[in-house]
Amino acid sequence: MPSVAHDETTAIGSVLSGPVESRDFPEWFREQQWDAWKQFASLPSPTRKDQAWRFANVGLLNLTPFKVGGTLPDMQRNAILEQSRGLDKVAARLIFAGDQLIERDVVSDQLKKRGVIFQPLERAMVEHRELFQKYFMSQPATLGSAKFAALHQALVSSGTFLYVPRGVEIELPIEIFHWLNGENASVFPHLLLVTDELAKVTVTEHFRSLDPQASGFACGVNDLIAGPGAKVTYICAQNWGTNVVALQMNSTIVDHDASAMSLNLHLGGKYSRFESLSRLIGEGGRSDLLAISVANGAQEFDARTLQDHVSPHTASDLLYKNALDDRARSTFGGLIRVEPHAHFTDAYQKVRNLLLSDDSEANSMPGLEILADNVRCTHGATSGQIDKDELFYLRTRGIPVPVAQRLIVTGFLNEVIQRLDHAAIADHLNRLIDEKFAKEY
Amino acid sequence: MKTETKAVDINRSIGDFAYPEVHVRDAGAGLSEKTIHYISDVKEDPDWVREFRLRGLKTFLEKPLPTHWASKDLEAIDFDKIRYYLSPGTTAKRSWDEVPEDIKRTFERLGIPEQERKFLAGVEAQFDSEAVYSNIKKAVGEQGVIFVGSTEGLKNHPEIFRKWFGKVIPIGDNKFSALNSAVFSGGSFIYVPPGVKVKHPLQAYFRINAENFGQFERTLIIADEGSEVTYMEGCTAPKFNTTTLHSAVVELIALKGAKIQYITVQNWSSNVFNLVTKRGLAHEDAEIKWIDCNIGSRLTMKYPGVIMKGRKARGEVLSIALANDGQHQDTGAKMIHAADETTSNIISKSISIGKGRATYRGLVHVPKHLKNCKNNTECDALLINSTSRTDTYPAITVRGTGNAVQHEASVSQVSAEQIFYMQQRGLTKAQAMSLSVNGFVNDLVRQFPMEYSVELKRLIELEMEGSVG
Repeated sequence: MPSVAHDETTAIGSVLSGPVESRDFPEWFREQQWDAWKQFASLPSPTRKDQAWRFANVGLLNLTPFKVGGTLPDMQRNAILEQSRGLDKVAARLIFAGDQLIERDVVSDQLKKRGVIFQPLERAMVEHRELFQKYFMSQPATLGSAKFAALHQALVSSGTFLYVPRGVEIELPIEIFHWLNGENASVFPHLLLVTDELAKVTVTEHFRSLDPQASGFACGVNDLIAGPGAKVTYICAQNWGTNVVALQMNSTIVDHDASAMSLNLHLGGKYSRFESLSRLIGEGGRSDLLAISVANGAQEFDARTLQDHVSPHTASDLLYKNALDDRARSTFGGLIRVEPHAHFTDAYQKVRNLLLSDDSEANSMPGLEILADNVRCTHGATSGQIDKDELFYLRTRGIPVPVAQRLIVTGFLNEVIQRLDHAAIADHLNRLIDEKFAKEY
Repeated sequence: MKTETKAVDINRSIGDFAYPEVHVRDAGAGLSEKTIHYISDVKEDPDWVREFRLRGLKTFLEKPLPTHWASKDLEAIDFDKIRYYLSPGTTAKRSWDEVPEDIKRTFERLGIPEQERKFLAGVEAQFDSEAVYSNIKKAVGEQGVIFVGSTEGLKNHPEIFRKWFGKVIPIGDNKFSALNSAVFSGGSFIYVPPGVKVKHPLQAYFRINAENFGQFERTLIIADEGSEVTYMEGCTAPKFNTTTLHSAVVELIALKGAKIQYITVQNWSSNVFNLVTKRGLAHEDAEIKWIDCNIGSRLTMKYPGVIMKGRKARGEVLSIALANDGQHQDTGAKMIHAADETTSNIISKSISIGKGRATYRGLVHVPKHLKNCKNNTECDALLINSTSRTDTYPAITVRGTGNAVQHEASVSQVSAEQIFYMQQRGLTKAQAMSLSVNGFVNDLVRQFPMEYSVELKRLIELEMEGSVG
């Protein structure tokens, strides 16, 4: 396993002191970072009165304590490497700790020969400048976090660039780990995935904290571009420590006859906001948006989505499920937008909240904006609790209440995971959910 | 039927002759403390009402327009040009010839009596329905029901009026409830004593016509323990008006075991901003039901609400919206559950025609530690043309494990198979379309009183005309 030298011992600064000058970036990128920084500084902080932040606990977004940079002692480095275990078989792997690449398994020579590019961001911007510039942060953050997208652009220091050329199918998943390490540390994870015509790829991303109690800040951007007829599957397992404030801004572009599926599992964080934009720009495009949140303690999960149907004959299907215990809160603000002339749109949106305690709270704002008439758009939102009959049935079979509850909740969430139709990944996600429950009871 | 010219001649003279004693009062355009004092002086308000109005004005001036979530079209309202108080008799008169052709056509199609048309078109200042109103008043008066104008209510029944006035919708609820609090006049005050079940619906149409339509009307209905009442306002015929802002506040109070049903049919002409705040407070075992139908206006923003304050209270909103070219129907419902075992139901159907835009905006709130609360929300939208638009923006908050909430919305167009089937049975495409749309709203329209539902169906046919084929 070839590993990467880690000589990047950067100075520690505050998140709020702007782009880090000492980084070895090309001049044009540096300028972009400063422009983004100015934008970050000029945009107002969100308030609850903004529709895009309604119900959100914006008070948690104080960035003053968070730092950028820092060193990674060998002991922690080894601990991270040891714990970066995901799937048994992967096509390639990158491990980042504090935004530094600490280990890399490259793609096979065969794939390389066929033109697959799998590189850290800072290399891609030099070696594949044209491709990089065309797609890097090319989608505006429209779901409320424009300010934080600008912050990300100003402070991003590494990340993943993956390009899959025409007709290339990568069978095994590609795996990426991002680790937060140390008190008040911050990371700015980035993934730029570009697929050309008829390409096929699956990427799984893991977000974790080495110290589960340390406070931290994560502000990630993730751009998926599914070229004509391409098939992109993206899985994210977010398992930050319990004191982390996390913002993730994802966008997916689906070209004609392409299909994109994303599944986001949210387990960690104190406040975790997830914005997901899916733009269907070509006929025959399809986008599946799946998410699961398991929240306990005082956790808050805040999801905002937009299914934007730009072209006629496109389909999208959203399924979000939340299981909420203790004083946990969830917010879902989703919109299906059918642009004028995007006829024959078939869009669906479903949110289901399972409330497991008296102090848990679920806010749902499923929305529709339809500007074309020949469409089929439906949404549904439900909030409820464990069915007493189901619980009773399991008890009559001798299963104790806590176990029965867990079974029911797992079954409730499993519907989402099954949609992936990928046994190895499903197993892994189920294991993560079980671990969270194990801590709970 | 008489010819139109003849009718105009006759009615003009009646209009001029019948109300010579009406005081012409006009507070002028624009809004200031002076306007408020003027209104209070004219209406001989008690001091507490005058203070209430002044507080309303202050709040109105302080609050920004809610354009961060609502339509930017609100910015088109010029508050300085609006006349905030016109007493009876000052409505601008116009001749029948000046009435737009499409409005005349609508009257014709709805089969509205000749004389009524003149009133609705603004040719006559008032439509003489005094007799009908007196009959209603007499009939219910025997049961102890108070059914008067809000001004009369606050003067003659202060002990009931003051207790509830402004309690369900406080001055600062929103910018437009504040505006109404400042300049309100007109509207109804109804009190139904314990156990009284009012058989006939109380129709604001007759009462309000007898004292001129209110632009900033204020309605307060109190149903005492175990009583029942149905109230109807508006009418299916378009009301032609030159005033561009209608901002009413309606408060309902259903005490223990009482039932209130409030029916609105709104068909303002397409230059009117209709910004209305409506809310009911349901005590134990009480039921409040809003039936809300919006056809007219340029922009309507109206979200009838029910606060279920007592155990087993029920709230219901049935809503139909029809948005045609140049119209935005921004309607919905608010359900605030504040006690155990409360249930609420929202059913909303909207139809967008041409460039019309229909929006559903809803709020369902089930706070902590409540048990066995249920809400059901269904929103269906029908789009007729490719330029039509519809939006749905619900917000649902649920806490705790004892409650069940479900929301469902769908958007569709009229199915091609249905149209084809009807066409091959000999209907024209337009007829088929109109039949199909009527079918879409039928289960809601059936809940309307009969005469309303018949007119409503005709009106939908009329609105559909020319939108297909």
